[in-house]
Amino acid sequence: MNTSAIILMVLAILVVWGGLVVSALALRARPERDGADLPPGGEDDHREDTAPLERDT
Amino acid sequence: MAETTSGAGGAAHGAQRPREQWTGQVGFIVAAIGSAVGLGNIWRFPGVAYENGGGAFLVPYLVALLTAGIPILFLDYAIGHRFRGSAPTAFRRVARPFESLGWFQVMISFVIAVYYTAVIAWALSFFVYSFDLRWGDDPAGFFTGDYLQLADPGVSLDVVPSVLVPLVGVWVVVLVVLAAGVARGVQRANMVFLPLLVAAFLVLVVRALFLDGAVDGLNALFTPDWAALGDPNVWIAAYSQIFFSLSIAFGIMVTYASYRKRRANLTSPGLVVAFSNSSFEILAGIGVFATLGFLAGRQGVGVGELEGISGPILSFVTFPAIVSEMPGGPFFGALFFLSLAMAGFTSLLSILQVVSAGFQEKFSWTPRQAALRVGVVCAVVSVALFSTTTGLIALDTADQWANNIGIVASAVLTCVLVLWVRRRGSELQYHLNAVSTFRVGAWWQVLVALLAPLVLGYMLVSRVVTLLVDGYEGYPGWYLALFGWGTVALLVVGALVLTALRWRRSPDAFVAWPPFPPGRTAATTHDAEVTR
Repeated sequence: MNTSAIILMVLAILVVWGGLVVSALALRARPERDGADLPPGGEDDHREDTAPLERDT
Repeated sequence: MAETTSGAGGAAHGAQRPREQWTGQVGFIVAAIGSAVGLGNIWRFPGVAYENGGGAFLVPYLVALLTAGIPILFLDYAIGHRFRGSAPTAFRRVARPFESLGWFQVMISFVIAVYYTAVIAWALSFFVYSFDLRWGDDPAGFFTGDYLQLADPGVSLDVVPSVLVPLVGVWVVVLVVLAAGVARGVQRANMVFLPLLVAAFLVLVVRALFLDGAVDGLNALFTPDWAALGDPNVWIAAYSQIFFSLSIAFGIMVTYASYRKRRANLTSPGLVVAFSNSSFEILAGIGVFATLGFLAGRQGVGVGELEGISGPILSFVTFPAIVSEMPGGPFFGALFFLSLAMAGFTSLLSILQVVSAGFQEKFSWTPRQAALRVGVVCAVVSVALFSTTTGLIALDTADQWANNIGIVASAVLTCVLVLWVRRRGSELQYHLNAVSTFRVGAWWQVLVALLAPLVLGYMLVSRVVTLLVDGYEGYPGWYLALFGWGTVALLVVGALVLTALRWRRSPDAFVAWPPFPPGRTAATTHDAEVTR
């Protein structure tokens, strides 16, 4: 491979795959906002946990 | 919350069911990546990059990703998550007349699903054919002749059994998955197929890198042509590649985000999804061009002289030719077509979920009812149009119009209606920042309200002009009017008709959380949006 092709291949891999690694690590370090940090309210309805099976026609 | 109280019309089975949800952040991310990574990553990106400056294409590609792809992805997430509904519900909650934009997106998804399934069926057929290299010495003649039995453009009722059987099979599987619901169906299928796809594709790429001539292929792909950066068409190519690759602006990400819990992180997972999609494209570029380098070496020509380096021809003509030549061909051929089918399948699920969710909410259907009713209609149309001898041409034409006119128009309309007509930019930016760990600044509004509609609007107008003036692929005018412009007409008429139908249960008694502007109480925030 010529030098410029090698440089650009490495650059593409570093930037795009690097972007994936950095964004994944950032998400792992802080997966969600802390509860106290969020506006009040916004609790989900958890009836789905106990909901009966859906009836079908 | 107000959303869980029954609205006008009453619920079909008494109490309203709670909204379906992903089981968690990982489930959502995997499903969203499965949706974004599709056939376009494998057969479109490598050819586009090669033809638009090679290594230099990286620059406009990254600029497009950061200035349009990710911002529009966030816009879809914000609309779906804040207004908690499929595309028609969510857009109606932005402003009632916008419901038709939601149905326009549902119609686009319907049309795409109908032909996307055919391609997955072809991939499954070729998976089987790989074992005995059934295409012999003439893959081009085999694909269009023996396999598709291609006739002239027209409407044919001659069914091709070798396409019909896998096509019906794909529809059965996909409808079973959809009927199982978001968590137990769509998410579970993605959790199985996405890791399998990545593993199979990695094996293929590593194998490709050890083929003779692989280096020549990579040279051809990555050698930069810096002069290309001065060509506006190269930049447009980059924006359209990013745009079509990320599954944005036709309801998928609106629908998927609506199944997240309210207190869910949006932007940081979005970055993971966007970079995963691009990472897979780079991987596909390396694999495809290493393989093309091998083929060029075998034929004694330069990589630049090869034909059929993108689209269905790359997958179903060029690749079979390579498989016939390489050691261990049947195994790697089977692996390639299986990868193609899996990449397509996880995207197809997301496309059909848009349609299914729209109907579930408007007509109070369960996921199972929606899968059965909507799915059977899709399946019948799909089998009627694409299992016949004119299937390839109909597919090519519908694809051209649904994508380049339908999706691009949908994106421009979304930006203009939501951000300019209803001026919801600040509210959506506040929503993203209230729940997410990666904050977006005012720049986000500038990108989605100004840059995106300008670039996409230009793409739309120039494509309309080209299709009107030059036609497409030399197909006859009456055929393009019927299957090309007719597709657009179908999208619009379908959207208007579906908007006009009555909701079984009004979606309007809804209060968005968190309240905007912040500090006001929820009850007073959205008076205008609550039912009379």
